[in-house]
Amino acid sequence: MNAYNFAYLDEQTKRMIRRALLKGLAIPGYQVPFASREMPMPYGWGTGGVQVSAAVLTPEDTFKVIDQGADDTTNAVSIRTFFQRTAGVATTTVTHDATVIQTRHRIPEEALGEGQILVYQVPIPEPLRFLEPRESETRKMHSLEEYGLMHVKLYEDISRHGHIATSYAYPVKVEGRYVMDPSPIPKFDNPKLGDMAAIQLFGAGREQRIYALPPYTQVVSLDFEDHPFEATKADHPCGMCGAQDSYLDELIIDDAGGRMFVCSDTDYCEARQAAGHKGKDAA
Amino acid sequence: MTPLLSVQGMTKRYGAHIGCADVSFDLYPGEVMGIVGESGSGKSTLLNCMAGHLRPDAGQVVFDTRTDGPRDTVTMSEPERRMLGRTDWAFVHQHARDGLRMGVSAGGNVGERLMAVGERHYGDIRDKATDWLGRVEIDAARIDDRPTTFSGGMQQRLQIARNLVTGPRLVFMDEPTGGLDVSVQARLLDLLRGLVRDMGLSAIIVTHDLAVVRLLADRLMVMKNGRVVEAGLTDQVLDDPQHAYSQLLVSSVLQV
Ligand SMILES: Nc1ncnc2c1ncn2[C@@H]1O[C@H](COP(=O)(O)OP(=O)(O)OP(=O)(O)O)[C@@H](O)[C@H]1O
Ligand SMILES: [Mg+2]
Ligand SMILES: [Zn+2]
Repeated sequence: MNAYNFAYLDEQTKRMIRRALLKGLAIPGYQVPFASREMPMPYGWGTGGVQVSAAVLTPEDTFKVIDQGADDTTNAVSIRTFFQRTAGVATTTVTHDATVIQTRHRIPEEALGEGQILVYQVPIPEPLRFLEPRESETRKMHSLEEYGLMHVKLYEDISRHGHIATSYAYPVKVEGRYVMDPSPIPKFDNPKLGDMAAIQLFGAGREQRIYALPPYTQVVSLDFEDHPFEATKADHPCGMCGAQDSYLDELIIDDAGGRMFVCSDTDYCEARQAAGHKGKDAA
Repeated sequence: MTPLLSVQGMTKRYGAHIGCADVSFDLYPGEVMGIVGESGSGKSTLLNCMAGHLRPDAGQVVFDTRTDGPRDTVTMSEPERRMLGRTDWAFVHQHARDGLRMGVSAGGNVGERLMAVGERHYGDIRDKATDWLGRVEIDAARIDDRPTTFSGGMQQRLQIARNLVTGPRLVFMDEPTGGLDVSVQARLLDLLRGLVRDMGLSAIIVTHDLAVVRLLADRLMVMKNGRVVEAGLTDQVLDDPQHAYSQLLVSSVLQV
């Protein structure tokens, strides 16, 4: 019945990706080129993350996929189903039950532990791309640690908006060395990148880059002395579970423009509700 | 006195073709050297070799660095050379768009070198950018506008501000007034002369325009076919050229 190799990719490709991952872990924040394979899904669906997951999954793993914090979007469901079929691994929506979590746009609210792996889908791995389109030049800037341009981007933000308006893919410096794009997670999640107990792996399929943060890596969000980094979120509690500390999505709930703020991390929210926490909009 | 820059035997070939050949000279602190010659005589090639943008086939470019004294910049490591390029050296391109980031505001353009050397206080960076816009006669109200909305003369002045903000000691300029209207040129020249004098800058200026060197350069080199055919004090060379080619160059300009 199983026409594929375990987790779809052939062993040689997986070895190649694992070598890139090990190199990435050895040089935190450094973008390692890898020979990205065609996957049976479009690039926008996170083929970089899918290839990384395929390379790290073992039959004993329990796999979770989140997209904007939710386990039930089309994208999340199709990736979860893909590995159910091709690897036969157990899947879950419960963050602490998962050993491998593939994500787009969020880091789970619940602190991850040792033994867990977080795999990010990355659309544009190069943080300097915004102001310097030449790949040869950005590579040189990384190798020579010439990162002034990153602050030019933040300067432009402040001069235009009065504050640093970048709220997703907010650039970070890793272990005082490489500047890294954390993928389009909200900057609210940036503080979780640093000192995390889990392994963090980043895969960009179309751009053919892999990078990584080993456990307990120092990650600092770039800023100015007089405009320090702030991990902002909507200033509300969750309408369903009352959480004060979670990242919220704003939902329109009726034709009269009624709004409601709900945890973007559905597992976190549901677990809190199950434990009896109640927000003001909960039934 | 130690020369700020000592160029020895600078040679660059493009295949079998000579870009510049065996050029040597010393530049002392506070001096401005002009390089003139017809189109294709090798002025830009020489300038780009000295500034580290082109790798010469032979020769030395010894710069008196702040920390380690005279160092050959051709053989120093690339990180060191690039560091010089954003601290003690500046390069003003003929076309402002080659020396500016057109997608970044005027303030961001001026601030870039400050951020590149580690300034991390937005307010300070902005104050310095405002100050420099004033010094190159650009209205401070334009600080958040992109250079695409500036006139050619303003773009060139912005490029100069962006280069001088970190207080470099040596400025390379390739036809800084080229492509501008005559009245705009005159204003830019005045400005450059003031800045060179006030900051005690040393500079190497490549130009077709003898009026530019007359106004700015203490000394002059005349190039032809990649070689220096005559060198000396500017007034001497312009008023009493010795080499037949220099005589032709000077007289052809006077006839204009
Ligand atoms: N990239 C290149 N490849 C081949 N030949 C080149 C290259 N750049 C310059 N040359 C040649 O080298 C010689 C010197 O050129 P260079 O650009 O240095 O002259 P220039 O004095 O700056 O001229 P202009 O006044 O027109 O700017 C010319 O013969 C030119 O054709
Ligand atoms: Mg030229
Ligand atoms: Zn909630």
